[in-house]
Amino acid sequence: MKLEIKNLSFAYRDHPVLQDINFDTRPGELLSVLGPNGVGKSTLFRCILGILRDYQGEILLDGREARGIAQREMASMIAYIPQSHRPTFGYTVQDTVLMGVTHRLSPFAAPRAEHVRQAREAMARVGVQDMADRSFAHLSGGEQQLVLVARALCQQSRILVMDEPTSSLDFGNQLRVLACVRGLTQEGYTVLLSTHNPQHALTFSHRILALHDGGVAALGDAGDTLTPELIWQLYQVEVDFVDTQQGRVIVPHRGGSL
Amino acid sequence: MKNSLLTKSARRARMQIALLLAALVLVFLLSFSLGRYDVPVGQVVKILISRVFPIEASWTKNMEIAVLNVRLPRILLVCMVGCCLAMAGASYQSVFQNPMAAPDILGASSGACFGAALAILLDGSRAMIMVSAFSFSLMTVVLVYLIGSRTRGSRTVNILLAGVMISSLFSAGTSYIKLVADPSNQLPAITYWLMGSFSGARMRDVRFAFIPMALGCAPLLIVRWRLNILSAGEDEARAMGVNTPRLRLLTVICATLMTAASVAVSGMIGWVGLVIPHLCRKTIGNDCRHLLPASMVFGALFLLLVDNVSRNLLATEIPIGILTAFVGAPFFIYLMTRKDTAL
Repeated sequence: MKLEIKNLSFAYRDHPVLQDINFDTRPGELLSVLGPNGVGKSTLFRCILGILRDYQGEILLDGREARGIAQREMASMIAYIPQSHRPTFGYTVQDTVLMGVTHRLSPFAAPRAEHVRQAREAMARVGVQDMADRSFAHLSGGEQQLVLVARALCQQSRILVMDEPTSSLDFGNQLRVLACVRGLTQEGYTVLLSTHNPQHALTFSHRILALHDGGVAALGDAGDTLTPELIWQLYQVEVDFVDTQQGRVIVPHRGGSL
Repeated sequence: MKNSLLTKSARRARMQIALLLAALVLVFLLSFSLGRYDVPVGQVVKILISRVFPIEASWTKNMEIAVLNVRLPRILLVCMVGCCLAMAGASYQSVFQNPMAAPDILGASSGACFGAALAILLDGSRAMIMVSAFSFSLMTVVLVYLIGSRTRGSRTVNILLAGVMISSLFSAGTSYIKLVADPSNQLPAITYWLMGSFSGARMRDVRFAFIPMALGCAPLLIVRWRLNILSAGEDEARAMGVNTPRLRLLTVICATLMTAASVAVSGMIGWVGLVIPHLCRKTIGNDCRHLLPASMVFGALFLLLVDNVSRNLLATEIPIGILTAFVGAPFFIYLMTRKDTAL
């Protein structure tokens, strides 16, 4: 499944947020979206998910304009993994994952045994199968995020959109979730992920998309595109890049701009 | 094989619904023998069976009249209203993503009361009372939702506040109608009706309320899996392929239809729509696949128990609306103050 964004602009009433965004994603790649707070990363994702539809420009899914695709069909192509999922009422892990099958059901049907089996498989793929009967609300942040990944897999869509999936996780869980997602790209999933941590973008993604002032500041291979100059432009922070045996590390300057 | 796919909580929920259903059948039968005129339970069962299979009469004519003409319509109506109010409450809670949502809090009940009082004032027929109750009920829910979702801050709190405001507006309207109503016949009808009561229930009331109640109930039961997904929030629900505006509209219309039909035949009976769904959430869980059926059965059971008290405790009947408030409000305070409960 190929996703192309062409000349996308979006405004909330008369307040422009996104202007003339162009990029595409390829199957099996992890594309990280970087940018300062309020630059419009979430707005971009909501346009792509078909939640905001009064945008200008084009969003093409395998060449089809997304505006004309019904929400239900949209769900079969793109799954959404939110920053945090706080349902009003508590559900078990299995029921949470099972919700992913909804778009495959007729409007009046409830999940059947085959769907439960699919949910169990999705849970096994991210390693949360033993939590089936636990309450989602009682899990740790990292476990919750993995359950949401399982829900997206259960949705069987090829594109996963993740809005800052690691922002409320501890150090270890951040890395575990990202490694899990990176692993999924090897199975052909496309992952579009926003993050506030350039190091994560550098370590885990194939390409990065940097947004600044509502437009695209940079787009390209993570290793080539992410530079100290770009980080200064996005965050006004001076950094050095240091190459180590485990890969490149971003080190901020103390003093100076900080 | 199928059972091994169910979680422990799902299996427990099914068990609990079965137990509730058994309790309802038991209380249903016992309710026939309660009352001034004594009819043994055995005779009750025989009289009821005699309506379907011809069996030899071993009971008196008076027993048959008490059971079939007086108690049967009342007991049926109580069950239907209890079932509808509880289910409407559970559905409103899912749609508004608000654990405090209930027919009385969203203003659906006070709107229905105003509409019904207005229809009584204008000497309307029973059908007119129902239509008027429904229209005003729907109007209040829509108003509350619009006000609550357009204001800044927490939506949960705003919807509650809007509900309180709109409810008091319509209560004032109802008071005004009482002021101008004819004190010899209209006023007592309105007043008595506002307290909520099943006395004088006839079979025609049952038939009259059945269609709108069934029309509200059936679609909700059919889409109940999707109601779960609404509680994930707007963006997530849409990304999972649910047409949220349409589902919300359908649910609000159905739940309001059930509320209005209940209010039209029984008057204002508060608390059932809030307390029963909560009790079910605590014991059975939040999965609407189990929550909705459980609320229906439990609502009917609860109201039937309260109605038995209402007609047997004192020589004169206590309006049931007063009793549900006496039972419901303290119970809800208990739920709120329990340590393991987060509303």
